[in-house]
Amino acid sequence: MSVVRAENIRFVYGGGTSFEKTALDDVNFEIEEGEFVGIIGHTGSGKSTLVQLLNGLIRPTEGKIYINGKDIWEEPKKIREVRFKVGMVFQYPEYQLFEETVYKDISFGPKNMGLEQDEIDKRVRSAAEFTGLREDQLESSPFELSGGEKRRAAIAGVIAMDPDVLILDEPTAGLDPLGRDALLSQIVDYHKVRKNTVLLVSHSMEDIARIADRILVMSKGKKWMLDTTHNVFSRGKELENIGLRVPQITKIMMMLRQKGINVDPTVLTVEQGFNEIVNYLS
Amino acid sequence: MEEFIEVKDVYFQYEGTEGEDSSAFALNGVNMTINKGEFVAIVGHNGSGKSTLAKHFNSIYLPTTGDIFVDGINTKDDDRLFEIRKKVGLVLQNPDNQIVAGIVEEDVAFGCENIGIPSKEIRIRVDNALKAVDMYDYRTHSPDKLSGGQKQRIAIAGIIAMEPECIVLDEPTAMLDPQGRDEVIHTITELNRNMGITIILITHYMEEAVLADRVIVMDSGNVLTSGTPKEVFAQVELLKQRRLDVPQATELIYKLAGCGFELPKCVLNEEECVQALIKYCSLQKKNG
Ligand SMILES: Nc1ncnc2c1ncn2[C@@H]1O[C@H](COP(=O)(O)OP(=O)(O)OP(=O)(O)O)[C@@H](O)[C@H]1O
Ligand SMILES: Nc1ncnc2c1ncn2[C@@H]1O[C@H](COP(=O)(O)OP(=O)(O)OP(=O)(O)O)[C@@H](O)[C@H]1O
Ligand SMILES: [Mg+2]
Ligand SMILES: [Mg+2]
Repeated sequence: MSVVRAENIRFVYGGGTSFEKTALDDVNFEIEEGEFVGIIGHTGSGKSTLVQLLNGLIRPTEGKIYINGKDIWEEPKKIREVRFKVGMVFQYPEYQLFEETVYKDISFGPKNMGLEQDEIDKRVRSAAEFTGLREDQLESSPFELSGGEKRRAAIAGVIAMDPDVLILDEPTAGLDPLGRDALLSQIVDYHKVRKNTVLLVSHSMEDIARIADRILVMSKGKKWMLDTTHNVFSRGKELENIGLRVPQITKIMMMLRQKGINVDPTVLTVEQGFNEIVNYLS
Repeated sequence: MEEFIEVKDVYFQYEGTEGEDSSAFALNGVNMTINKGEFVAIVGHNGSGKSTLAKHFNSIYLPTTGDIFVDGINTKDDDRLFEIRKKVGLVLQNPDNQIVAGIVEEDVAFGCENIGIPSKEIRIRVDNALKAVDMYDYRTHSPDKLSGGQKQRIAIAGIIAMEPECIVLDEPTAMLDPQGRDEVIHTITELNRNMGITIILITHYMEEAVLADRVIVMDSGNVLTSGTPKEVFAQVELLKQRRLDVPQATELIYKLAGCGFELPKCVLNEEECVQALIKYCSLQKKNG
């Protein structure tokens, strides 16, 4: 059974007003337990709208969302429980921090879940460690943290709820390259240990290529494709037509291939490209 | 070359931060010159002082000590604030903070109104600016209902419409898709080439920094190094030590060269990378 299933999803902002805007139209897909899925698409393609639907923050205009086989809007009163199962880090999550200390911020979710004090403490500390926050930073105010550290604190707050499905909406935008790499490897490590399902929205094709098993491609409010990372990035030309592209390393290999150099054009990382070329040259 | 912005020994301490040592200062003795018509990229780790410096370029912040001159005017000269703001337009890091009006075209017009452009002229400028960022179709929409990337482009249009001599863009592409990034970069290179507008681009995308005439690397409130993209991105190890990176094309050739293959010291993009590899292969063939 799939852990996330979207069935004929349509979502309209401002329905009935003159600003009516169909953000999603006829979207269908299934995601299996333990998958790491990347979500890409041009700006305004509906990615943030889609992930907010998955965690029950907004309700589909038409269609159904199933989590672990259950229609999440079957009992609207229990929608809060969905948010514990499907944890979400929003685009610009630093604006979600509001407590006096980082510790209190991270413990906000677990507290709401009604966990025991000991369990809360354990979770806060391990979530902080996972995201690379220092022990002493737990007692500082979230407003004294740098941009990158605020981002980590927001992610820790969601990880502390230990959701079965973890959704991150552009978690690395604005981080410096090292901060970006560190955060992504922490998410990958967490995914490996916890074996949870991860959905990651990003505009960095390079990052998505490195870490996703499959990619959901959105275009103009519709699902354009859901396939393996390898298959998605072998469609370079078509991706360009919908505002996207392949990672630079993939582009380089494709260009080499066109010039008659016999290398695999579908590599996804610099490491793989390097090995291909060394093999070819030796 | 004519100097446009001169930064002389600038230190800056945020109010409320204490102490005399360097960590208390967001800017730590910065010196730099930006020439008229130049396209400069500024890169650096989170918290290195890029945004703080950017806000000095049009007098939002004034140096705690040291001076900044914009086209010869000291940014501390209160009487000439208006002139400075007309010369240097700043696109802030977070577009949400700079959206002021309820309708896109009003928002784009806001800056022009502030500097006293006649309304007929504003109409033309706003339309052109919206077309330049490909948001003309959204001119009557409400900005707070746009996606992150769309808001970013509205903010840029507002500055373009003011036709400043210099545009400072603080991570304008952080929330854009690859094509949107290309469009914004294309727009600003056109403004630079065709209209001679000085461009200062702050970015974490090294693929964008390679397009500049000059790259300045900030580190802990100071200038670590600067030079042409080739000079800066040849220093792969130094950049990685300072939390930065190089484009994938640059990294690939650097790694291959490190294994003894005879390749150029630094390539900046996929074309140069492919060219270098093909040249290497044909030389190998010739030599048997
Ligand atoms: N609150 C809202 N009211 C009305 N329209 C909205 C609202 N939020 C988003 N939209 C519109 O819905 C569409 C989808 O927006 P969404 O934020 O889901 O896109 P996205 O793919 O996340 O974009 P980005 O990559 O820029 O974050 C866009 O056309 C946007 O203008
Ligand atoms: N309003 C403020 N009050 C106090 N300290 C601040 C304030 N804004 C920034 N700082 C501090 O000043 C230093 C430089 O910050 P700045 O925002 O200029 O960095 P940046 O290079 O733009 O970083 P980023 O890449 O994250 O945008 C950091 O140590 C930061 O914590
Ligand atoms: Mg979004
Ligand atoms: Mg900044």
